[in-house]
Amino acid sequence: MSGPSTSTTSTTPTAPARRRPGLFRTAWRFGRTKVGVVLTGLIVLIAVAGPFVAPYTPTEFVAKPFETGVDGALFGGDNRGRDVLTRFLWGGWTLLLLAGSAAGLGVAAGTVVGIIAGYRRGWVDDVLMRANDVLLAFPQLIAALLVMSIIGPKVWLIVAVIAVSHMPRVARVIREATRKVIEQDYVKAAEAIGLPRWRIMTVEILPNVTSPLLVELGLRLTYSIGVVAVLGFLGMGLQPPTADWGLMINENRQGMSIQPWAVALPVSAIAVLTVGANLITDGLSRAAIGIDRGVEK
Amino acid sequence: MSGNENTENVESTEHTGVEGAGGRSVRNGETVLVVDGLTVIGRPSDVEIISGVSITVKRGEILGLVGESGSGKTTLGLSLLAHCKRATEIVGGQVLVGDQDLAGLSERGVRQLRGRAVAYIPQSPASALNPALRLGVQLREALHDDSLSNGEVVERVREVLREVALPDDDAFLRRYPHQLSGGQQQRVAIAMAFVGRPDVIVLDEPTTGLDVTTQAHVLETIRSMTRDYGTAGVYISHDMAVVADLADDIAVMYRGEVVERGRAAEVLSAPQHSYTRQLLMAVPLLKTSGHEEAEPEEEPLLRVSGLTAGYGRTQVLEGIDVSVSRGECVALLGESGSGKTTLSRSVAGLHHQFTGEILFDGVPLAASSYRRTAEQRRRVQYVFQNPYEALNPRKRVRDQILGPYRHLVGRPADPDGVVAEALERAALSASYADRFPEQLSGGERQRVCIARAVATGPDLLVCDEITSALDVSVQAEIVKLLRGLQDQGMALLFVTHNIALVSNIAERVAVLNRGEIVEYGPVGQVMSSPQHEYTRALIADTPDFELSFPGAPERLGMDSGDRVVEG
Repeated sequence: MSGPSTSTTSTTPTAPARRRPGLFRTAWRFGRTKVGVVLTGLIVLIAVAGPFVAPYTPTEFVAKPFETGVDGALFGGDNRGRDVLTRFLWGGWTLLLLAGSAAGLGVAAGTVVGIIAGYRRGWVDDVLMRANDVLLAFPQLIAALLVMSIIGPKVWLIVAVIAVSHMPRVARVIREATRKVIEQDYVKAAEAIGLPRWRIMTVEILPNVTSPLLVELGLRLTYSIGVVAVLGFLGMGLQPPTADWGLMINENRQGMSIQPWAVALPVSAIAVLTVGANLITDGLSRAAIGIDRGVEK
Repeated sequence: MSGNENTENVESTEHTGVEGAGGRSVRNGETVLVVDGLTVIGRPSDVEIISGVSITVKRGEILGLVGESGSGKTTLGLSLLAHCKRATEIVGGQVLVGDQDLAGLSERGVRQLRGRAVAYIPQSPASALNPALRLGVQLREALHDDSLSNGEVVERVREVLREVALPDDDAFLRRYPHQLSGGQQQRVAIAMAFVGRPDVIVLDEPTTGLDVTTQAHVLETIRSMTRDYGTAGVYISHDMAVVADLADDIAVMYRGEVVERGRAAEVLSAPQHSYTRQLLMAVPLLKTSGHEEAEPEEEPLLRVSGLTAGYGRTQVLEGIDVSVSRGECVALLGESGSGKTTLSRSVAGLHHQFTGEILFDGVPLAASSYRRTAEQRRRVQYVFQNPYEALNPRKRVRDQILGPYRHLVGRPADPDGVVAEALERAALSASYADRFPEQLSGGERQRVCIARAVATGPDLLVCDEITSALDVSVQAEIVKLLRGLQDQGMALLFVTHNIALVSNIAERVAVLNRGEIVEYGPVGQVMSSPQHEYTRALIADTPDFELSFPGAPERLGMDSGDRVVEG
């Protein structure tokens, strides 16, 4: 039996308790996260390294249209006789880049709006959130098609439209998270010493909403991949002759019965990427539930 | 132990006594609960949370189980019901209720006994009652006895409600928990526990969230119910004063072991273990005499005059006049809802909806902290009630302290020196600077909060219930620390509901009741001859006991002659 500590005057530091593992390390403990990282990593590797290992250039004719079993073209030719494998290896990075930047911009804008609305409340909150409601009323894909058909399919426009459609959804989540954080006394402590509002938002609030933020980022990335691919398929995304997975599905769907590879490869890549990103997001959100319990006692 | 005679406070005197206990013959004095060598471990680390604990309780008696948070007292309380928190397991020992060993029974067998052999009253009644169910349904559910007819069940529920001094009509049984006050909710929880006439009842700090007046009523109810039913009570608490008032036996827990066990009077008068002595000395005693009179200054540091504050259309404070001189500690005493926090927040510039004047050093303070000068903000600092919420979990201690300093004083030439000095004034070593809040205990967190406040060199420290979330022993250390700061010339506005604490720390006290100051004056005068009825009731309802063991007068930083300056 150890005697009670008699340290009443100056508390001597005992060995500091180890910090609890952060969001990433907690998420990593789940098997689903590991699977997700492997799947996503595989597709990202194909998309990034693909152009460097592709046997031909994406616009080179190596076979007859929809021809299979050609020497030097493992998966045969596409609708114009170009090498399917080469176009598959080239077609990923555009999708990832567009989806990634759209999700990034959308989540960033949504975070700013959400934190401001949650912290300032009052009329600022009302104006921002009602504007959000208006944006939410437009279906994501229909809005994108509408804008594309008016202005024309441009790369920056794809990113902008998807980002804008993500913003209100992210803003709602972050606003809720912010309202929980500002109930805590450390925000009031910062107000009591007169710290400027923008610094309270960036220094006190933002670091404490990172868990829902990361979950949102993963979720929005998954949606962006889907929308970019669908836009490509509908012909409103990247234009021929660019190699792009969405576009490939569209171009080759007529020959699907005789040359399935030209559709199957991009479809399965998109599917695996979406599933992988979803598994990571799932792991993150499970970890976040444990972390954002708020006050621990 | 000086039992407060609270019988006049209990609304109902019609305890049905032996008839209330029904057909069972009440044989008070017979041993009914025996815990023998009980060991509970945590998984997966296999650390012993409680190790080899043995206690016994007789019918009609209450065992007070005392210890600080983390000592394993709640784990022990739950294991008396053969219930284990997640990732814990009973690996050894017996829990004998009557002659049945609960620890060895199957989950199903235990469920049959819960509520009948052993019942539990949890800490927070608000979370113990199901908010979606009417009271009648919950009480009937607690009496899961298939042998009774419907009419008998309802009759039993009404009977037990009368015994806890609650109305027993249908209108009351149809109410939902949110329609009751905190004290009433706790009585319902007590009724739920007693409805099945258990042999043993486990009470896990059932009065912690209640005001002293309500607490006195609830304790009186618990005491008479256990006597009348011949139930053995196990009362878990960190508050020695409450236990001294209530218990027949006392067991002191420290780090998962019972370090001292005995009759209450013996433990209180001749504590054997040094930890028991430390616990006893940490309790602030109600001091009704021996206060020094402070000379009032001509121009106080802080003068609040005619302050009226509210939220929306609700008035919370009316016509408040308070002043604090340099180096003086003024206490704001009041129960929850009295408006004491609103007043302290108005002073700190966190509550804006008020009229009236707050003069600081002769200059009026603006309502919002943002419209005050940086110098004013620097000189008035605020320490929050709950140290678990007051520190940003993503910042190291060093940055928590430097943040306000940079903003109010300027970029320091020697940041490490500033941090080290602030930590030292809060009696922490400089090595704490690199830690995150989650690596600190509750008391250490509150010290960091104080370090953050004193780093900027304020003249007035507003302390809002800063010890209420902490253990009694930690409270004593924090109070000692505040004493030291006060001796260095800092003025304190100390907000609390604990009258015993006030009598030990403050020079002057303002008693707040329903938004008005009902009594204001030097502590000695208010404590020895309270003028207002409310103050008298507060003093009477506060649980208290005498310390008679050798060395007792040297109470931990509580004696006014024993002011230790922290260096």
